[in-house]
Amino acid sequence: MADSIIIRTRDLTKAYGTKVAVNHLNLEIRRGEIFGLLGPNGAGKTTTILMLLGLTEPTLGNALIDEHDCTRESMHVKRITGYLPDNAGFYSDMTGRENLRFTARLNGLPEKEIDPLIDRLLERVSMTYAADQKTGTYSKGMRQRLAIADILIKDPEVIIMDEPTLGLDPEGMREFLELIKELSVKDGKTILVSSHQLYQIQQICDRVGIFVDGSLIACGGIGELGSQIASRGHYTLEIEAEPCDDRFLGFIGGMKSVTGVSKEGNTFVISSSEDLRSEITKFLGMNDYKLLHMHQKGGDLDEIYRVYFEEADKEERGESDGKGSRKHRFGRGRK
Amino acid sequence: MAKAAESTVSAAEENKIRRNIRYHSLSALYRKEMADHVNSKRFIIILVLVLAMTIASVYGAVTGITSAIRNAASDPKASFDTTFMFLKLYTMGGSSIPSYMSLIALIGPFIGLILGFDAINAEKNNGTLNRLVSQPIYRDSIIIGKFLASATLIAVMVLSTGIAVGCAGFLTSGIRPSQEEIIRVLIFLFYTVVYICFWLAMAMLFSVLTRHAATSALASIALWLFFAIFMSLLAGIIANAAYPVNTEYQQAVNSLNNYNLNINLNRVSPYYLYSEASSVLMNPAARAINAVSYAQLAGALSSYLSLGQSVLLVWPHLVGLLALTFAAFTISYVGFMRQEIRGN
Repeated sequence: MADSIIIRTRDLTKAYGTKVAVNHLNLEIRRGEIFGLLGPNGAGKTTTILMLLGLTEPTLGNALIDEHDCTRESMHVKRITGYLPDNAGFYSDMTGRENLRFTARLNGLPEKEIDPLIDRLLERVSMTYAADQKTGTYSKGMRQRLAIADILIKDPEVIIMDEPTLGLDPEGMREFLELIKELSVKDGKTILVSSHQLYQIQQICDRVGIFVDGSLIACGGIGELGSQIASRGHYTLEIEAEPCDDRFLGFIGGMKSVTGVSKEGNTFVISSSEDLRSEITKFLGMNDYKLLHMHQKGGDLDEIYRVYFEEADKEERGESDGKGSRKHRFGRGRK
Repeated sequence: MAKAAESTVSAAEENKIRRNIRYHSLSALYRKEMADHVNSKRFIIILVLVLAMTIASVYGAVTGITSAIRNAASDPKASFDTTFMFLKLYTMGGSSIPSYMSLIALIGPFIGLILGFDAINAEKNNGTLNRLVSQPIYRDSIIIGKFLASATLIAVMVLSTGIAVGCAGFLTSGIRPSQEEIIRVLIFLFYTVVYICFWLAMAMLFSVLTRHAATSALASIALWLFFAIFMSLLAGIIANAAYPVNTEYQQAVNSLNNYNLNINLNRVSPYYLYSEASSVLMNPAARAINAVSYAQLAGALSSYLSLGQSVLLVWPHLVGLLALTFAAFTISYVGFMRQEIRGN
């Protein structure tokens, strides 16, 4: 089905003065998937999201949600899109229920349907117990769950979340991620999550896009990206053997494809451009070593992230010859 | 053919949906803003302020009128004009208490400022604004809804205090209003609403332009002080610099120009505009607001100005106040529409 793509951006670009926050972004997100937009702070994730919601105008290019232009038909887009901003706020003098009621009215829901709907949603995010407290007394986790209920009021097709897990405790985080997963699996919502926290995203995302300095440098499923890295000749092997002696180290150092070895405790961490596992196990077996631990790294997001970052970095240095354009990378680019 | 019909139907429906969105969001916002204001602590402040102002001015007016009448009765040389007595409830102070008219010219702006100074930036700082703009509402509904809710509150407050002053004065002094007096009072109250709405628009403008509620509060209070106190001083200084009146010769040549420049500069200030307008409306004896030459006075009847003529005299003031209000509102509207609203 050709129209199974629900979010599509074409050369989406946003420049603030001379600083390009988002640079020719071409992104396609399929109906029903959870897409993770990953990148350090100031990479342009929030700007991209704002353009998707029609809250800021792109300098160039366009974005479509459900085949509607996000800038010119923002009303339609906002009707089918739920947005969870980072640090979503509620009117602190109003109770959770009143806040939701206000959103429902803004969306023009019939008065009769509002209260049953709110009860249902509060139940779903397990906030019924605090529904009649003022939101000023809520914890961050409670606010985040109320925000989910707030989004679900308009029954959106697409949900966009900007750094939703920031500042949640581990337990709150786990519950929250479960809730997101459930929205995708049970309700069939399309979800776009931006984050710089890798591990959680890895747990729930179907696909991720890695975003650095306004450009999407990699995009795909996590397994896909992992094998992409592998095929480019980045291998990291952790190995622990007994005895852990210089002969073993010498053997490793003597292999052609090894690009670096480091020792962490009794474990060697070997970077190489080929898969070394069979060679090493052969050597260990023939020389009476005892293999205690072996783990081929790569394929997890941390590794993917690191590799792509390094690559983007190299490219950039090659191009701009260290004009210092990396300065913005860590730390908030603009507020 | 069928397709064309279908598309027109959907266009009509689309329009209907659009109108519905406009209506729903505006009414929801309006109701929420009203409820917010009425339940907020600042509303108590306003209430206390207004109550104190009303009671003080009624007391002042009644004592002032009583002593003036007593003076007139005991001293044949002192005369007291008893026509339009009811209006004097609003314009006369007594025992060092200012009149209702001058009190509301000073305190009214404060009410507008309290209601508007954090309209936008507080929502921005609380993170509610970005949630709000991601709802299917037009962004201008937000600012219009807020303005209308506050303006309604101002209108209700001004009308109720104005009528309360009249009633209290009537009950305590037995002064019966004539029809013309009632109309004059109502027009005066309408001017007051517009005047306070200007300050509301001004405060909202600052709340759009600045990040922190404290900044916008200070900025709007500074502007209020400037117009209420410093503008007249400044106008005098500029007029004297442009048309000096130090020597007798200069006085003869420059007096009129000096006066005209002074008064026109003053009229830039909404405070002055409002004060001038209300004094003409509430005092039918006021026949002109500009300098009048002896030649112009020749043959003039010394009578009161009729209601229509009074209104005609201050019509430009209303237009000026409305224009200032719209200007402030338009700038904040445009500023708000162009703003990028981020979560942090």
